[in-house]
Amino acid sequence: MQLKNLPRFTFKKGIHPPECKSFSEHQAIEVLPTPDIVRIPLLQHIGAPSKVSIKPRAEVAVGDKIADSGGFISAPVHASVSGKTAREGVITLPNGRRVTTVPIKASEEQPLEGDTLKEAFLGGDWSINLDEIDPTSLSTACSEAGIVGMGGAAFPTHVKLMRNEERPVTDLLINGCECEPFLTADHRLMLESPASILAGAKLAAHATGAENITICIEENKMDAVQALADAIGDENIQIKVMLSKYPQGGEKSLVMAALGKAVPTGGLPLDVGVVVMNVGTASSLARMVLRQMPLTHRIVTVTGAGIENPKNLIVPIGTPFQTVIDYCGGIKDNVSRIIAGGPMMGFSVTDLEIPVTKGTSGITVLTHDDIKQANTTACVRCGMCVDTCPLDLVPTKLALAARHKSIDTLKQYSVDACMECGCCAYQCPANIPLVQLIRTGKILKKMSNN
Amino acid sequence: MNVSVASSPHFSNMKQGTRQMMVDVILALIPTIAVSVWIFGWYSILHIGICVLTCSLTELVWKKLAGMPASVSDASGPLTGVILALSLPWSAPIYVSVLGSIFAIAIGKMIFGGLGMNLFNPAMVGRAFVMLSFAGALGASAYVYDGAPADALTQATPLTVARDVATAQEFPGLWPLLIGKTNGSLGETSSLAILLGGIFLCVRRTAAWQIPTGVVLGAVIPAAFFELLGFTAITAFDHLFAGSLLFGAFFIATDPVSSPITPKGKWIFGVGIGILIMILRTFSSYPEGVMFAVLLMNSVVPLLNRWTIPTPVGGSFPEKPNA
Ligand code: SF4
Ligand code: SF4
Repeated sequence: MQLKNLPRFTFKKGIHPPECKSFSEHQAIEVLPTPDIVRIPLLQHIGAPSKVSIKPRAEVAVGDKIADSGGFISAPVHASVSGKTAREGVITLPNGRRVTTVPIKASEEQPLEGDTLKEAFLGGDWSINLDEIDPTSLSTACSEAGIVGMGGAAFPTHVKLMRNEERPVTDLLINGCECEPFLTADHRLMLESPASILAGAKLAAHATGAENITICIEENKMDAVQALADAIGDENIQIKVMLSKYPQGGEKSLVMAALGKAVPTGGLPLDVGVVVMNVGTASSLARMVLRQMPLTHRIVTVTGAGIENPKNLIVPIGTPFQTVIDYCGGIKDNVSRIIAGGPMMGFSVTDLEIPVTKGTSGITVLTHDDIKQANTTACVRCGMCVDTCPLDLVPTKLALAARHKSIDTLKQYSVDACMECGCCAYQCPANIPLVQLIRTGKILKKMSNN
Repeated sequence: MNVSVASSPHFSNMKQGTRQMMVDVILALIPTIAVSVWIFGWYSILHIGICVLTCSLTELVWKKLAGMPASVSDASGPLTGVILALSLPWSAPIYVSVLGSIFAIAIGKMIFGGLGMNLFNPAMVGRAFVMLSFAGALGASAYVYDGAPADALTQATPLTVARDVATAQEFPGLWPLLIGKTNGSLGETSSLAILLGGIFLCVRRTAAWQIPTGVVLGAVIPAAFFELLGFTAITAFDHLFAGSLLFGAFFIATDPVSSPITPKGKWIFGVGIGILIMILRTFSSYPEGVMFAVLLMNSVVPLLNRWTIPTPVGGSFPEKPNA
């Protein structure tokens, strides 16, 4: 396949932030040595918290279920190390939610660590025989294995995989865009285990009944395009190369770019017959079916100018940030901000005891040079925020309405449509915290409804 | 470890800033200022100097009195001064520059609450004030001066000669209009210099390209009709390059604060200014129409913003009836 000449797809507007991928894009995936303790939060996904299903001071093995799903949009949680559980604690996650955690003290004997883990996670044979798999069983199995979207939002995957006769799925998009600056976990996965992604994609298509599988990758990762193209061979799976533009990997932008369909405001890609699945999620799906592994580990990019040795690591869920950062040589002196996720949509953290969750795609450590030290001035009504918003909103009006607590204006300008991608605030010359104000606006509107 | 907490995004465009935008405009004005100095000599430097100084001082004093942090570091005040100076005739008395600047900043901007709050373009507010107050000193005769140091200055402005069929043959050719070897306000004579800076601004996205494009289209199309109908003695092309049409299109109408925020609104705003300029030039007693056209369209910007709210991609948010 002549990769260079493939057409490029994209959506309207958006921004071109510096990519900053070079810190970690050439670091092969490593396994974090088993931490002494993990604290597994019971709410790592969008939806209802999970319910603890084991007693304190119980012996658990890696992969054992420790909490049940707490509702339809929820997911169970599994032990990510073997060891002994301790009394439940409470922790504030980066997104500000206070959740219960189940601590597990790791024992000496770990059946799954080091090279064994890496081989099970990335290597080996990933061929599947779909005829032997009942498509309807996959959604339930996914729910049992606690699989959620690995791209960041952590939407429970079994909801996406459910067959719905009224809303048939035609297209499955496998999202390998990774448009957040700095993050490279998906990139490395595509390079090091393309076959697991393909296996997951086939399983997802099998479950949803999607006829077309398309893998979407930004053009700044042509090596990943090559790796997947090689793995596909002559199978009926398409690759689409997307322009490197933020937020190309956002579900709405991706559906628009790859298929030219607009996801209805307030709706899901499912409403236009599309399921979008992150490459990491697809790979977890394959691991569940072929390795009988529930979601216990994830790949985390530890990166930024403020970290000594940037890495891509396989990390047990629940590992404290501090442990991960220490393994990467620690933090430099000129650090200015530590972010769970990437710089565009991640959350800044101060407490490094917080655990890695299923949605933690990266830990980005920014220095003083990365953060613009400029004062906020008055809005000069330049309209740059309007010119960058991929959803055609008017961010400055939303921000103003939030400041003035004007609920009618918030409604008139569709505040709830905002996906908080941050393009507007990135571009604003007046340095106005538009996204923060819009979030406030959403809360104000919600409160006024009650 | 001393880390800061903030809401996402944690990245912002380092190259972009309010001050940078204003500095961009000043940079873009360099060719125009250079031509101005070439044609009008030290009159040009004098007026720009006085206007910049007075504008900055007025802003500082106002902020001091109002208890706001006193600084002109966003560069918007000095920029107003430059634009105002460039839209005055070279022979304008010094008190005109001073009073125009004070009025531009005080009434055009600060009274509304400062940068970002004003409805009208401050430079045009200042110019309108002096034009109406000192009509005698700033009329058509202010441009002509028999004993002037340069040839160009001894002629009437192109648009003044164009008003009368009898004098219309004195209308300069395309070349003098392009390089600026003609009479006019300090910054309007060279179309080439203006285009150079203007296109730079549009490429840098400091100015919204829809506005100048709209002004040009909005002016040229009616001008062509008027030409066919015999309402005007010069061609649509001449109208485009004569007077302050291009200067207004690229440097005055594009003032972000006093123009609409939506792309569609910007189009309507630009086209509206263009049409108004042609109507004023053809049917009013003024040979020029840019200032009033801009001020008139400024006044409808809030309406334009409200009429042109874009529909979000995927449609408006469905309001749940029971939520
Ligand atoms: S980008 Fe910033 S300054 Fe420009 S209109 Fe939007 S909020 Fe105002
Ligand atoms: S308004 Fe919302 S969706 Fe639009 S650019 Fe800003 S954060 Fe993104």
